[in-house]
Order: sequence, then C-alpha cells, then structure tokens
Amino acid sequence: MRDSVNATLSLVYLARLREALGATSEHIDAPPGVTTVGALRGWLAARGGAWAIELAPGRAVRIAVNHDLADADTPVRPGDEVALFPPVTGG
Amino acid sequence: MPVRVQTEDFDVGRELAALRGDDRSVGAVAAFVGTVRDVNADVSVAAMTLEHYPGMTEKALASIIDDAKARWAIADALVIHRVGALRPADQIVLVGVTSAHRGDAFAACEFIIDYLKTRAPFWKKEETPDGARWVEARASDDDAAARWRAPPGPAE
Repeated sequence: MRDSVNATLSLVYLARLREALGATSEHIDAPPGVTTVGALRGWLAARGGAWAIELAPGRAVRIAVNHDLADADTPVRPGDEVALFPPVTGG
Repeated sequence: MPVRVQTEDFDVGRELAALRGDDRSVGAVAAFVGTVRDVNADVSVAAMTLEHYPGMTEKALASIIDDAKARWAIADALVIHRVGALRPADQIVLVGVTSAHRGDAFAACEFIIDYLKTRAPFWKKEETPDGARWVEARASDDDAAARWRAPPGPAE
C-alpha cells in the first residue's frame, strides 16, 4: 500500500536560504539514488540558478533530518522532514 | 518546563526563583542573559527579527540541557529564547543553572549558551541604515563551542 504522504520527502527552507531560494517548503518524490543528505543537496543544486549557487559545495549550509543536525552521510528516507538553513545565529 | 521559545519578554528574577523552587540542595544559581546591541560589526542596528525552526528548536535546546546534565553535577537548567521583533537593549535569551556548588553551575551555564549559539536553529535579521541583513555566523562562536569538546582536565 503506497502512502502518498510517507512516500515523499518534506523539504523546509529557513532564514536567508528561504529568501535566496524563494521557497518555504515543498514535498518531493524521493528521487532514485538520493538516499543521503549529501546526495539530496547535490540533486537540489542541479536545479540550477539560485539552487546551484546557494547549495554549491563549499557554501555553508546546515541540514537537519527530522529535527536533528545531519551531515552529508546521514541517510534520507521517504517520510523524512529535511530542513536546509544557514549556520545559526541565535543567543 | 526547562525550555521555552516565546515572543514575550521574561522576568529574570522570577524565572530563576521558579528554577530553584524549594530545592534545599541548591547552593548556586548561575545565569546568562543575552541582550540586543545597537551596533554589530560597526553598523548601527535599529531593530532585529529572530526566526527559528519550530519543533527542532525545542528538541535541540532540550538535548543541550541533557548534555550539560550528563557532564556536570547540576540540579536543573532552564533556557528561554525570544523570537520575533526585538529592539536594542531587549532581552533575547536566558540560561539559568542550579547546582550545589558554583563551579558546576558556571561551567554548565557557559556550555549551554556556547552550544546554543552553534546548534540551536535561530537566525537574526537586523535592520540597519542600509536595509535589512541576515547576521552572519561567527567563527569565534564555533571556537567557543569547540573548546568544550576537549577532554576533561584535572580541574574536573
């Protein structure tokens, strides 16, 4: 049984990155082969334009999976909430 | 409640009194209060807006407090962080720690704010004479958090 919500990734964009990308959130079908945070970042960067610029290797982007800070090797699975944001500046 | 994210201001005295409660084992209360400066990187700041990532913020702050409790002999800890519109001199954040002795309270308080500044999902946007700008993360904040990763010294 395919669950239309759980088969997708929820992507969230925050702070300066949200403004630069012109996107707050979206649901995507998990692309084949995109099973890690690093692969997802590369897949999004391949959209070109602001995506390519903001998510280019070397740009400081933090990524959280299901509300935990992740690194490039962190697995991404259907149903996950993945947030992309700049380094944090609270306190 | 050890973690709160809110738009309203907070009363430091009342919050610390509530944190202590009537715990007679507490001999030390350490607190850090962060406030809004009117200048950042030589540019005047008229106002700021604080954004966060609801859901992750509370989880990250609770995790930092858990880390502090695992590392030091503290009785309790509290983090209140404001979001939304703030002006110079406004209070942004309160970290409070209670302990039997001051050493653990001071260390845990500094650890919590250092980790908050590098791991809790908050972002500041400042209003300057040249328009609004997102505050850039500082390498010095990463350095401050990194020193807590050093192995415990003989003082511990």
